[in-house]
Amino acid sequence: MRREGSAFNGLGVVMLKELADHLTSIRFIILQLIVMLIAVGTVYVATQQIKDTVAEDPFLFLKFFTTSREPLPSFIFWLSLLVPVMAIGLTFDAVNGEHNRRTLSRILSQPIYRDALLFGKFLGALITLAIALVVLWLLVVGLGLLIIGIPPGGEEIARAFVFLLVTIVYAGVWLSLALLFSIMFRSAATAALATLGLWLFFYVIWPVLAGELATIIVPPDPRYAALGLQTPGTVVLEQILSRLSPSTLFGEIVVAILDPTTRALGPIYLSQLQGAVLGAPLPLAASVLIAWPQIVGLVATTIILFVIGYVVFQRQEVRA
Amino acid sequence: MSGDSVIEAKNLTKTYGQAVAVDHISFSVGRGEIFGLLGPNGAGKTTTILMLLGLTDISGGEVSVLGFNPAREPLSVKRRVGYLPDTVGFYDQLTAADNLRYTARLIGFRFNEREKRIAESLERVGLADFANHHVGTYSRGMRQRLGLAEILMKGAQIAILDEPTSGLDPHATSELLGIIRRFKAEGVSVLLSSHLLERVQSVCDRVALFSAGRIALMGTVSELGREVLGAGYVVDIEAEGAGLAERLTLIPGVSGVEQTGIGKLRLHADRDVRPEAAAEVVAMHGRLKYLGVEEPSLEAIYNHYFDSKPDEAGKEGARHAA
Repeated sequence: MRREGSAFNGLGVVMLKELADHLTSIRFIILQLIVMLIAVGTVYVATQQIKDTVAEDPFLFLKFFTTSREPLPSFIFWLSLLVPVMAIGLTFDAVNGEHNRRTLSRILSQPIYRDALLFGKFLGALITLAIALVVLWLLVVGLGLLIIGIPPGGEEIARAFVFLLVTIVYAGVWLSLALLFSIMFRSAATAALATLGLWLFFYVIWPVLAGELATIIVPPDPRYAALGLQTPGTVVLEQILSRLSPSTLFGEIVVAILDPTTRALGPIYLSQLQGAVLGAPLPLAASVLIAWPQIVGLVATTIILFVIGYVVFQRQEVRA
Repeated sequence: MSGDSVIEAKNLTKTYGQAVAVDHISFSVGRGEIFGLLGPNGAGKTTTILMLLGLTDISGGEVSVLGFNPAREPLSVKRRVGYLPDTVGFYDQLTAADNLRYTARLIGFRFNEREKRIAESLERVGLADFANHHVGTYSRGMRQRLGLAEILMKGAQIAILDEPTSGLDPHATSELLGIIRRFKAEGVSVLLSSHLLERVQSVCDRVALFSAGRIALMGTVSELGREVLGAGYVVDIEAEGAGLAERLTLIPGVSGVEQTGIGKLRLHADRDVRPEAAAEVVAMHGRLKYLGVEEPSLEAIYNHYFDSKPDEAGKEGARHAA
């Protein structure tokens, strides 16, 4: 059975309204202020550290993002912490909010499909976050220039830009998860708690749990242990398990993109290192290639979560 | 009727798993008619409405709205039909005009037409002075009127109103019913659902009484009265004249005459015998002070009907409990 008309009828209208709502909402302004304050703080501290230690690094500029000084963690640490919070904060009440305000059935009785509403909400939130992240990125780059005073090279800018894009993709994962929960749970508070809970699980608990599970499933071989080495099977399994978490994937991508000397994300055998010049930077394309599976993983997770939400939403009753 | 009907439903059915929400109902709504879906909460009224709008899947049967199938051509249906949901909601942080602007953009009106339609529709429901107030400050009655303004703005051919008067004070209710009557005057067909029988009786041309997912009764209020109450017509007459009661008994169709007060008589008849009764009074040079036919009250019909079918009421209760 074919439906009449386009599923994207009204998509732009919904998207623009969501964008306007987000950008003027106090919730978003507060989130953005928190992130900006943290960005300024960490980057300032990072530049002090850079001045002291690594002034001769060819990729000095990228160090703004990764350098930390006790007790303050680096900028990317904060970003990986706060981007999910911002994403969840924007969409945890996207659909159930319409339900609870009793606007859903009125809006859906207009000549649009549900597709347009859901997709418009997702895009509106994603563009909002992209705007926020671009602002943040420019702030960090500008601040770094001001304090250090050395202009970044083309490759550095390119890497920083790829990093920005990846961060937006990472935000998309949490956006679509929060959107899914806003469809599944009628109460916005429940949806927010469920999403935040899942995020904490993946961010804090899962990396530890992955190690534990791996040692249970593939017990470490005592022969390796006697040599003070890790059992390859256990390590590989641990990595596979930990990569189920979007936070791990994002972390790995960031390492590959922002540290040009990264040659592999995972255990490598000595034989694979033959002929490699250790510590020599890779070109950007090679770095992206290393992180490519992880990037695809994040995009795929976003799409899968959105599709699940879409299916649930299509089958949901609109009545209040 | 069927040639000029805007909504045509045949054996319309909706099931949720084992539970049957709407059970093979058939009805049609004519152009410019006000049709009432009446019945207790949970009888299937809202589900029926959502099926008409293509907002919920149809489990069985056929329905056509303005010649379109809501399941296959929902956009065509929704472009021509205005819907006021039960306890309608608006975006509280936006003004009334902005709320309508959003809807108008979704419908696809261009800027000039949009602004003209919004101003006109707000004027007609009496909200022009509050157009730039936030909807958060609106009373319930004003929200309902804003909902009607949205339907007006849309230029809908059919207005579907779900419990439009529930929770309103008497003044707001009569204002709202006034606007609904004006819909009819402009040739807009109205389908409204309600459990408040008394208020609805005054505006509906025809009604369908819902019970446990079925249409128990359908027709004009007086038709239903005769069918359910059985008594036919009750004509009250107040006149002076000796032997009037005896003469009135002789009118064909009159089954009984009773004295209800001094000079007051009540006739029970199987048709409207007012002309004949008046002629009799005049013929015997009596003084006719009052002559009226008692309209059956929807409430009486309703109670009588459901009292006489206690097992169905019990089934309803069980369904709610489940």
